[in-house]
Amino acid sequence: MRAKLLTVLVAGCFGVGLALSAEQQSVEVVHWWTSGGEAAALKVLKDDMQKKGYGWKDSPIAGGGGDQARTVLRARVASGNPPDAMQMLGFIITDYAEEGLLGNLDSVAAKEGWDKVVPAPLQKFDKYKGHWVAAPVNIHRTNWIWANKKIFDELKITPPKTFDELLAAADKIKKAGYIPFAHGGQPWQDATIFDSAVLSAGGPEFYRKALIDLDKTALTSKTMEKAFEQMQKLHGLLDPNYPNRDWNLASAMVINGKAAMQIMGDWAKGEFFKAGKKPNVDFLCFQYPGTEGSFTFNSDAFALFKVSKEREAAQFTLASAIMDKNFQEQFNLVKGSIPARMDVPGDKFDDCGKKSMADLQVALKNNAMLGSFAHGHAVPEGLKGPMIDVVTNYFNKGGSPAEATKQLAAAVENAK
Amino acid sequence: MATTYTDARGYDDAPSARARFQELLPKLVLAPSVVITLVFVYGFIIWTTYLSFTKSRGYPVHELVGFLNYTRVWAQPRWIVAIHNLAIFGILYIFICLFLGLLLAILLDQRIRQEGTLRAIFLYPMALSFIVTGTAWKWMLNPGLGIEKLVHDWGWTNFKFDWIVNEDMAIYTVVIAGVWQASGFVMAMFLAGLRGIDQDIIKAASIDGATLPKIYWRIIIPQLRPVFVSALAILAHLAIKSYDLVVALTGGGPGYASDLPSLFMYANTFTRNQLGMGAASAVMMLLTVAAIMVPYLYSEVRQSSRSGR
Repeated sequence: MRAKLLTVLVAGCFGVGLALSAEQQSVEVVHWWTSGGEAAALKVLKDDMQKKGYGWKDSPIAGGGGDQARTVLRARVASGNPPDAMQMLGFIITDYAEEGLLGNLDSVAAKEGWDKVVPAPLQKFDKYKGHWVAAPVNIHRTNWIWANKKIFDELKITPPKTFDELLAAADKIKKAGYIPFAHGGQPWQDATIFDSAVLSAGGPEFYRKALIDLDKTALTSKTMEKAFEQMQKLHGLLDPNYPNRDWNLASAMVINGKAAMQIMGDWAKGEFFKAGKKPNVDFLCFQYPGTEGSFTFNSDAFALFKVSKEREAAQFTLASAIMDKNFQEQFNLVKGSIPARMDVPGDKFDDCGKKSMADLQVALKNNAMLGSFAHGHAVPEGLKGPMIDVVTNYFNKGGSPAEATKQLAAAVENAK
Repeated sequence: MATTYTDARGYDDAPSARARFQELLPKLVLAPSVVITLVFVYGFIIWTTYLSFTKSRGYPVHELVGFLNYTRVWAQPRWIVAIHNLAIFGILYIFICLFLGLLLAILLDQRIRQEGTLRAIFLYPMALSFIVTGTAWKWMLNPGLGIEKLVHDWGWTNFKFDWIVNEDMAIYTVVIAGVWQASGFVMAMFLAGLRGIDQDIIKAASIDGATLPKIYWRIIIPQLRPVFVSALAILAHLAIKSYDLVVALTGGGPGYASDLPSLFMYANTFTRNQLGMGAASAVMMLLTVAAIMVPYLYSEVRQSSRSGR
């Protein structure tokens, strides 16, 4: 016991000593990318920083989704000891910027022309009041369907273009003895379907009005009821054991040929690759029917905290390393997403990634690149939570779509 | 100790600094823990109560808004479901645990062989963390993996046990897992109580011709009243604060059908940036616990002062 204590003490002193000597030129980065592939991808960034002469103090806090990491960050900020950079999603960046805690990256951004290469809808999250506060790493798309190609070929089904075609295909799949949709009944997964259902029922303009602007007439409209109707119909196409299933287990059902399709963001692609499956050979990727030309996204970014002047140089170097084309390519090849800057060549990406990049261009032209509601890029957390409550309750419990739209509007009102 | 005692005796008429120090020592030793409790328990209770009346979202702010957070909490259907579930879970959990615990204790008290082994077996679930219990039961109760599939594989294909995926029944699976975990512990409490009962009374009763069930019903169980009260207090607060069991077992689902106030509180405070609403729900949970604990503590204090301790 005593020996152990001593070791800890000694290690502690050493740690402090090292930290002191390296303080000026190292950056501390808090993130939750601890799984094999992600950690390897992050190493690219780390090596890059070291090449440029800066140390990298890694502070990983495991836990997908980053809830734990955010709890730790909250404590560190409250005690006045924020890290240099922290992995963040969507509105959380805005929350911290509002508190006046984030630094200003405008000088780097201007020099490297971020404004030109980062899509405008994404800039909305990485800028606060016109100033860059975060460096985006990737773009995930959420309105995907992942399908087992063998089942589709066997039943001679092609990717459906409309929701009715989807229902017809699902019917065929069911009759052949497969589960049409693999799904995990967790609130965020239910909400991921909701993203696509709203977009499919009303198109990008409606999605923007209802889920981003929270326009009351849109929220209570017949179109919103149609979105809930789609949810209800999809619910009938799941297997009975879906509640509380993890998303990767649902992906495994599609991989193993037990289920035909899964509605999920493109992180699901990683599961397919891990199982040795190839796009357009073993599995298909296509958008949720009725959402062609639109692109619901969520994006990881590193927010840079306000630090003293002498540490700014290290931070700026980190920001520029994050925005480096090579890093963006390497990282996103592993992560399953696409680069946050539009000028990274797509030839090394797989077919689904290429499609995602091409669709993004189209969506940008149509003004249809929209923040994902389920993944915190449409409304702040405080509003998102109660809204997801309504969605998940309706999806699991059923009921009338009219009642659900009323509840949704009421939840928005109550949370404002 | 012994030497200091004689030292103190040596200066009997004028108490030395040392003697005064001796007197102070217990207080000094206790002081840090008193301070810690005051700050970290009662101080934070006051802080939380204060926050529940402010407009706090992501971080504490000091703008008072009255009971707004409370009305907003009650306006959420999810909170209503959570309260209903707490009532169902709390009542069933406490009473089934008490009943099973007492039954097991009485059965074990019949001077059977291997009592120690059996006792350990029944007590073991309590040694597991709620997360483990929840995960194990999640698999057992899953119709596609656990009990239902097993019975199907045995040939009874119309057997159905799908509570965990059933919107209306999910909360009862939490009761099952909770009871499984805690009833052995309650048994141990009752067993201790049973062992403390004067055997002469029982002998006298049986000489008077009382049957065994009658002896238990009329003589032994009424004497176990203090055990009942302690068990009730422990189970009640376990029920109100249970969080990890539900998270592991059902994740609060399907939808939020098996939500409990503790899950609601955590979601609002830590992931939804609604610190005020989280604090309001925490205060209401505290009041529920207080409603049970205060009468218990009161009766304890009264009893001990009456018996002159």
